[in-house]
Amino acid sequence: MMRTDGAPLSIQEYEQQGGYQGLRKAFQFNPEEITQMVKDAELQGRGGAGFSTGTKWSFVPMGKSAPETKYLIVNGDEMEPGTFKDRLLLEGNPHQMLEGIIISAYAIQASEAVIFLRWAYKMSANRLARAISEAEQAGYIGKNILNSGFNIKVSIHTSVGRYMCGEETGLLSALEGKRSLPRAKPPFPQISGLFGKPSIVNNVETLCCVPHIMDKGPNWFKGLSNGDGGGTKLYGASGNVRNPGIYELPLGTPLNELIEVHAGGMIDGYQFRAALPGGASTDFLTTEHLEVKMDFKSVSACGSRLGTGTIIVLDDRTCPVGFVHNLEHFFAQESCGWCTPCREGLPWVEKILKSIEDGEGQQEDLGVLQEHTVGLGPGMTFCALAPGAMAPLKSALKYFKTDFEAHIQQKRCTYKNN
Amino acid sequence: MLTEKEIAKIDLEVSHLPYKGAACIEALKIVQQERGWISDESIHLIAEYLEISAEEVDSVATFYNLIFRKPVGRHVILICDSISCWVVGYENILTALKNRLKINYGETTEDDRFTLLPIPCLGTCDRAPAMMIDNDLHRDLTEEKLDDILNQYQ
Ligand SMILES: Cc1cc2nc3c(=O)[nH]c(=O)nc-3n(C[C@H](O)[C@H](O)[C@H](O)COP(=O)(O)O)c2cc1C
Ligand code: SF4
Ligand code: FES
Repeated sequence: MMRTDGAPLSIQEYEQQGGYQGLRKAFQFNPEEITQMVKDAELQGRGGAGFSTGTKWSFVPMGKSAPETKYLIVNGDEMEPGTFKDRLLLEGNPHQMLEGIIISAYAIQASEAVIFLRWAYKMSANRLARAISEAEQAGYIGKNILNSGFNIKVSIHTSVGRYMCGEETGLLSALEGKRSLPRAKPPFPQISGLFGKPSIVNNVETLCCVPHIMDKGPNWFKGLSNGDGGGTKLYGASGNVRNPGIYELPLGTPLNELIEVHAGGMIDGYQFRAALPGGASTDFLTTEHLEVKMDFKSVSACGSRLGTGTIIVLDDRTCPVGFVHNLEHFFAQESCGWCTPCREGLPWVEKILKSIEDGEGQQEDLGVLQEHTVGLGPGMTFCALAPGAMAPLKSALKYFKTDFEAHIQQKRCTYKNN
Repeated sequence: MLTEKEIAKIDLEVSHLPYKGAACIEALKIVQQERGWISDESIHLIAEYLEISAEEVDSVATFYNLIFRKPVGRHVILICDSISCWVVGYENILTALKNRLKINYGETTEDDRFTLLPIPCLGTCDRAPAMMIDNDLHRDLTEEKLDDILNQYQ
């Protein structure tokens, strides 16, 4: 549901297209039933990990003994390089997300919702603020919504820029006014989150699915998918493709269909070489993976992750070493410095990649890079930033080894003319 | 001293929060909006007002990319240096900008008009290369467009 001119849907337009019907239906169920419906719909978190949304909600303490204040937090940080899907949802149809927030807050009986937005999303913030006041006037936000007895307060918080703000516990720290350092789990945020209260953090796109599950039912939602898990997905493509952009397609749409049909294929003179399927922290997929269904399970089976589903295409004229160097520069800069392997390892990796790119690399450097992919890999650091940073490096060393070696042997970037 | 306007805005934030210190980031944003950047003096004023230590405020201020601990020009250019912009050649735009403004990253033009800084992905990768100047997003950048864009900011 979007307008073609890029303006946001007003509340009237949204309602005419069936908006806020899901919310009306939601109040006919009790909160636990809604959580079950979201589970049955097989909605998987769209923030990158693909965890079952209904299952996550089911960990929140419910009933009379539960703490009075609970929070629903919207993760609109979207700082994963190459990712631009949530911006579209926020700018194009803010009411859809608000409806998702209200239903989800009702399901976990949260009395406060906080939308955490990255600083750069000025237009999103303005449009959301307007949408919130429209929804308040219409009686969808506030006290005793639609005579249900349910109350919700919705506020917007804008970030001051740090990738770690997107990690859910880092986000909680930022909302408490601190540095966005991650926290140890357990306790999980569902039990002890923002200001020590039970909190659910969900991605923007995840919440935008919820009104449709309520309105049309879990089976309908599940049936939209073409792979593992329910619903449609916002896929995206950037790089040297003809029609870069965002496309809403059934979850499980194959990679080659995405590139050839929706992204319009490669620009003349460029050939597809590989792609990161879902942002900077995912492993490369190459021509051997073109048939893969882009759902969480199938992409994992190829040794990568669906992540955010916004693919970044590497073409045959772009240097894979330079490509990975750019990514590692980002990760090194955004490391929060909490654990030594990440704080010291990432700048080192960045430096080695730069020297290889500049024609000053040594054969031993490849071994050092390889060691880092293990030493900063899953389970070796406090949060998922470091393993995420190693994903593109590890897969690049595997698929583009000859490029790395050619740089070292010829003492230059083999993609630059000289 | 914090101005009345700054205090009013900070108080409003504090009123939504369980304790004063939780407004630290908001207070930094508010003071930066008023004064352009965060000086050592501002750090102390905020710390005193929120009843937390100056070290704590400083550690928060230096942690975040968009809190400026050095004076900046009237306009701040944030050019995206992340992957999708790199693939389509943001480096040429950056070089052109540096040549036109005669500054490097982190520097301010002599007339105090522009400060140039890199920023990670601006979330508009389908229309790369991209940059923000103050609150405005500029996309599909080409060298030819730069003069017109820069002229909008005096
Ligand atoms: C370093 C790091 C950055 C992250 N950034 C984001 C982000 O910008 N947006 C987001 O929704 N999730 C991000 N995540 C994932 C969140 O931690 C969390 O899993 C997600 O918000 C949960 O929402 P979902 O279940 O709806 O997907 C990030 C994770 C890590 C480790
Ligand atoms: S892995 Fe890196 S980003 Fe994550 S907690 Fe450790 S130092 Fe911080
Ligand atoms: S990489 Fe530049 S906007 Fe995303």
